[in-house]
Amino acid sequence: MGETDQNGTVVAEAEMPSATAEMLSHVKRLLGGGVSVAHTSDTEIVLRAELSEIVTLLGTLRDDAVAAFAQLTDLTAVDYPDRPCRFEMVYQMLSLKNNLRLRVLVPVGEGQSVPSVVGLFSNANWAEREVWDMFGIFFAGHPDLRRLLTDYGFEGHPLRKDFPLTGHVEVRYDDTLRRVVNEPVSLVQEFRDFDFLSPWEGMQGQIAAGNAGKQGKGE
Amino acid sequence: MGVIDPHSAPAIPPGPEQDAILKAVGDEITNRGFVIAKADKLFNWARSGSLWPMTFGLACCAVEMIHSASSRYDMDRYGMLFRPSPRQSDVMIVAGTLTNKMAPALRRVYDQMPEPRWVLSMGSCANGGGYYHYSYAVVRGCDRIVPVDVYVPGCPPTAEALIYGLLQLQKKIRRTSTIART
Repeated sequence: MGETDQNGTVVAEAEMPSATAEMLSHVKRLLGGGVSVAHTSDTEIVLRAELSEIVTLLGTLRDDAVAAFAQLTDLTAVDYPDRPCRFEMVYQMLSLKNNLRLRVLVPVGEGQSVPSVVGLFSNANWAEREVWDMFGIFFAGHPDLRRLLTDYGFEGHPLRKDFPLTGHVEVRYDDTLRRVVNEPVSLVQEFRDFDFLSPWEGMQGQIAAGNAGKQGKGE
Repeated sequence: MGVIDPHSAPAIPPGPEQDAILKAVGDEITNRGFVIAKADKLFNWARSGSLWPMTFGLACCAVEMIHSASSRYDMDRYGMLFRPSPRQSDVMIVAGTLTNKMAPALRRVYDQMPEPRWVLSMGSCANGGGYYHYSYAVVRGCDRIVPVDVYVPGCPPTAEALIYGLLQLQKKIRRTSTIART
């Protein structure tokens, strides 16, 4: 039984080791020094690993009898343009036996190629194709690395931070050529980003000069 | 018994007048065996009365299109029967976001439709890019690819709105379609 604090909720006296913390210590023992803990909480285990060891690391986590992270639920990347290693691969794993999730972050520089984990998890096939298409990260050892989501002659990697929202080309049907053609983008109205603090503040900046006094107290 | 031109005389509501007219036409058929009408009017009646749509359900608007064909807003009572093949359809309902990758396929399907054909653009994505207007992978309106006759606004348009748009298309057909070869 625990003590009750002012609000009447029961507070545990001694904190019991949660399943997450137990798994974290087990994983640290299992993987040794090759991995550092990026972040952890009551429900999350996040590790940071090196590019060259990712295959052995995921394989160890999968094949271990206690940890048993048998499912790769997610494989994506994030673009941090300010960092020296621009991209960060994210692998999310699920242990069905323990009902625990784990995340592995791997920094990747531009132009570096990542060893593919298709041999371990076959669902990484399309996930790695998507990362290649969206970010331009090459996966060494992938059986069939080609574009997945973008158009067939598309140039560029859309989810990079330096790729503009509207892209570089747009599409139109040309009657004389009798086919759909790509043309440079020309927008009729540019993308407007309203930066209101709250929806009730109204369009302070966009009010015409003669009407500025009519808003009342909106400052 | 002459031809009643709908532009010079308004439609007559049900009642004794309408009964008299229908009886007169019925008598003509019984007595002579035929009635006379203008060929244009007949063809337009046939074309608008059995518009067979070719569904081009691309995204969420397709569900509202399904709603309009289901029991509450039944499209079948207007004679609209969904055909899976463009070769057998009159109107193409572009329902949903048209992406750059899909654009050549849309054009190809449109080219396969026999004349007379119409296009109805459904939803804001098909009208002008809609919610994804500023995206790199979206065609800003299917009228960049195919010529459109009726635009139905909405996100998604209610099933009722789509029926309204189809009825507008019927009116357009009666108004503009001729038997002259284009």
